[in-house]
Amino acid sequence: MEPQNEVLDNVIIKFAGDSGDGMQLTGTQFTNTAALFGNDLSTFPDFPAEIRAPQGTIAGVSGYQLHFGSVEIYTPGDFCDVLVAMNAAALKANQKFLRKSGILIVNTDGFDPKNLRLAGIAETDNPLENHSLDNYKVIRMDVTKMTRAALSESSLGVKEIDRAKNMFVLGFLYWMYNRPMEHTLKFLTDKFGKKPDILDANVKVLKAGYNFGETREEFTARFTIGPAKITPGTYRNIMGNQATALGLIAAAQKSGLQLFCGTYPITPASDILHELSKHKNFGVKTFQAEDEIAAIASTIGASFGGSLGVTTSSGPGIALKTEAMGLALMLELPLVIINVQRGGPSTGLPTKTEQSDLLQAVYGRNGEAPIPVIAAATPSDCFNMAYEACRIALHSMTPVILLTDGYIANGAEPWMFPKSADLKPITVNFAKEKNSENKFLPYKRDEHLSRPWAIPGTKGLEHRIGGIEKQHETGNINYDAANHEFMVKMREAKVEKIADFIPEQTVEVGTTKGKLLILGWGSTFGAIKSATLKAREEGYDVSHAQLRYIKPFPKNLGELLYSFEKVIIPEMNSGQLIKMIRDKYLIPAEGLNKVQGMPFAAEEIYTAITKALGK
Amino acid sequence: MDATVEKFTSKDLVTDQEIRWCPGCGDYSIVKQVQTVMPDLGIPRENIVFVSGIGCSSRFPYYMETYGMHSIHGRATAIASGLKAARPELSVWIVTGDGDSLSIGGNHTIHLLRRNFNVNILLFNNQIYGLTKGQYSPTSEEGKVTKSTPMGSIDHPFNPIALCMGADATFVARTMDRDPKHQQAILRRANDHKGASFVEIYQNCNVFNDGAFEVFTEKSSKKNETLFMESGKPLIFGDNNDKGIKLDGFNPVVVDLTATGASANDMWIHDEHDRVKAGILSRFFDNPSKPDHLPRPFGVFYEESRGCYEDGMTRQIEEAKAKKAADLDALLRGKEIWTIN
Repeated sequence: MEPQNEVLDNVIIKFAGDSGDGMQLTGTQFTNTAALFGNDLSTFPDFPAEIRAPQGTIAGVSGYQLHFGSVEIYTPGDFCDVLVAMNAAALKANQKFLRKSGILIVNTDGFDPKNLRLAGIAETDNPLENHSLDNYKVIRMDVTKMTRAALSESSLGVKEIDRAKNMFVLGFLYWMYNRPMEHTLKFLTDKFGKKPDILDANVKVLKAGYNFGETREEFTARFTIGPAKITPGTYRNIMGNQATALGLIAAAQKSGLQLFCGTYPITPASDILHELSKHKNFGVKTFQAEDEIAAIASTIGASFGGSLGVTTSSGPGIALKTEAMGLALMLELPLVIINVQRGGPSTGLPTKTEQSDLLQAVYGRNGEAPIPVIAAATPSDCFNMAYEACRIALHSMTPVILLTDGYIANGAEPWMFPKSADLKPITVNFAKEKNSENKFLPYKRDEHLSRPWAIPGTKGLEHRIGGIEKQHETGNINYDAANHEFMVKMREAKVEKIADFIPEQTVEVGTTKGKLLILGWGSTFGAIKSATLKAREEGYDVSHAQLRYIKPFPKNLGELLYSFEKVIIPEMNSGQLIKMIRDKYLIPAEGLNKVQGMPFAAEEIYTAITKALGK
Repeated sequence: MDATVEKFTSKDLVTDQEIRWCPGCGDYSIVKQVQTVMPDLGIPRENIVFVSGIGCSSRFPYYMETYGMHSIHGRATAIASGLKAARPELSVWIVTGDGDSLSIGGNHTIHLLRRNFNVNILLFNNQIYGLTKGQYSPTSEEGKVTKSTPMGSIDHPFNPIALCMGADATFVARTMDRDPKHQQAILRRANDHKGASFVEIYQNCNVFNDGAFEVFTEKSSKKNETLFMESGKPLIFGDNNDKGIKLDGFNPVVVDLTATGASANDMWIHDEHDRVKAGILSRFFDNPSKPDHLPRPFGVFYEESRGCYEDGMTRQIEEAKAKKAADLDALLRGKEIWTIN
């Protein structure tokens, strides 16, 4: 009997296994295949902080969630339709995310007495035998056994053979979702071209998984998800950190500057460094410093020398950079500081996501130290906002903080990539001439209150800058009381003036006035958008605006907020943006807060909407 | 000297800023020697950058009519590293103190040395925290009574020269504020060296640690207490150059040339390129009050030729450029794309 072919508009699959099971790779392969097929998608890798957590335990479970469809997709999804559990621990950790009557694919070999014990499950409570899974459509397969059988003639050792297990699952899912294997076959060839026996093993097991679906009559359903009807154009798949790196390179190319990235490895920001260091052909200089302080200090040196200076980190590293950020703003040099936020405080939750560094970014320095702060909303938006961060920094001679977070940094989505010619121009004019009678005044300001950038090597413009308070225009050391207050206000005014050349706040979903506005910032974008779209379809008067520019706020933000009866601000923290909004606009905004190291589920926001609008 | 470089004089290096060091401070001599030497180096004035951290010495850039940055405590070395990496053609000078570069900024100092950026570090060592008004520093001697150590310091001090040898520095030298000629010679050597040049300058803080080095600088004791090293020449010192240093195995011993009738040429001949011997010399660090102590060496301890970080960086970029053109559109496009109609 041919299995029936069911057409779906979207599916959420979660791959879960031991960190050594290759779940991230399996997820990425399925993602890229879906992307090339034309699906819209969103992903959420969820891995343990330990590189090799004890095998078989809950702590060692690594997951990769993928939401793809023929409709527009904004989040990796709340509950999955399909859960792949490679062992008992993976099931135990993720069963709660599988929707009722969802499909559960289990590797039966991962439920032997040893795996049960490691997962903390009594042998008498084996979920495969105690009917606790009766609400799901369970597909059992002994992946290990079948992988070994497929490779019975291979010269590889058992350990290496078992490493190909994930390919069996991937092959089976390709069959189940009517996907071609070409992309993965090409990937394997590129990766293992020089190791023919490993390449051969992976290909064989992938095909075995596919054929397993094809030949076993017990599988009664296959699924088809057509290409997405998203904005026409040419797309590629991109991850957030990768997009950030490309945004920086693009800004350097458009401004004609050398890109210098002084940084120090830290989760989840290191991938920006990895990506940048691959593109030395663009003249990119990456400097892995001895610590976070040297990372930003070296970048300040490079900026002084006329480079586009960028430093990347996450919360703990940003804390270490704080003093130098103050120096950069006193020097009034362009500098981009990227914080890929993670759960805090202290070491906190290194591999989990959070938005809890907003107040640190806006206020967390000694003295009155205004630095512009902007935030990216989605993986591909990291490109736009990294580019914007550079544009603002160069335009106003100021450090700029860009906030992303682990969720969008590691998440992927299709990206209608721009043409370089269509990017906003960035003009840099190094000072060449004296700007006063016979003198060069390093702190003489233009109409944007921005000072001239005179770089070493420029004859006649020799000057000194430093962190001590300086005299207006001359930049000489000055402790005069009135001058200090003047300069404090000047630095603040300069940052506020940035509102003149950033876009006004727009509404993502809904209208510019009404009963309820959901105001988000950063990576809550997808969940809020999905929830407000759903609520509006059901007749709720709710709109959604996502802040990308936080310091300064867009000029029209107040007007927009005052046009709604109620404002709810969802944040992955205990309420940080809300403090700024209440402070500046004096409105009784309400918070919706989640501090679990996990992004919002659209459902949680939807529930808040329905509750607020009382229906 | 490059004839195309516009000439300038020491006077051109004086800024309009009033110098605010305490009267009698050793820093005055150093700024004077730097301004004296600089015009002879053949470097265009606009290509010279002084970077400092925080402390008395770190006010230095304000008094040099070149490019300059007075940064934050301990970070001058890191800032200068980034500047040099970004702009290898600049002549970068770091001015720092014992607190700035050996305490709060110790980490950056050793990493700069191992990376061997082609910059010059002038460490003004006065063995005290001056700007904060007199606490002991990481180079203060054990037992030192200061405002923060009323019962005497229990910290064992750093030996800056030995520390730099340990960090694989490629140029290590010591000089003193009170010997202008020697200072100038060492500054020239530091500039000539391609790589990180570390120069420790004994500098008297006449307010909080007056006389810390007087046994080395005062005429009455200088000859007996100091050892001026010159490459290829024997290590001799003393009032009438009547004492020499010899190695007994790995142990240095003082030889009385008059009493033993030994010739100066039988003494240890200084070789700046001998790392092992430089290591031994760096350990001539006895407290001068100790009987039978060794004299304190001045001059160049060690010099070696090793690749500079910024050159490696430039080389990799050139290699990458030669292999692949910088095509921004190709980068944005990536490897795999699809079209939605």
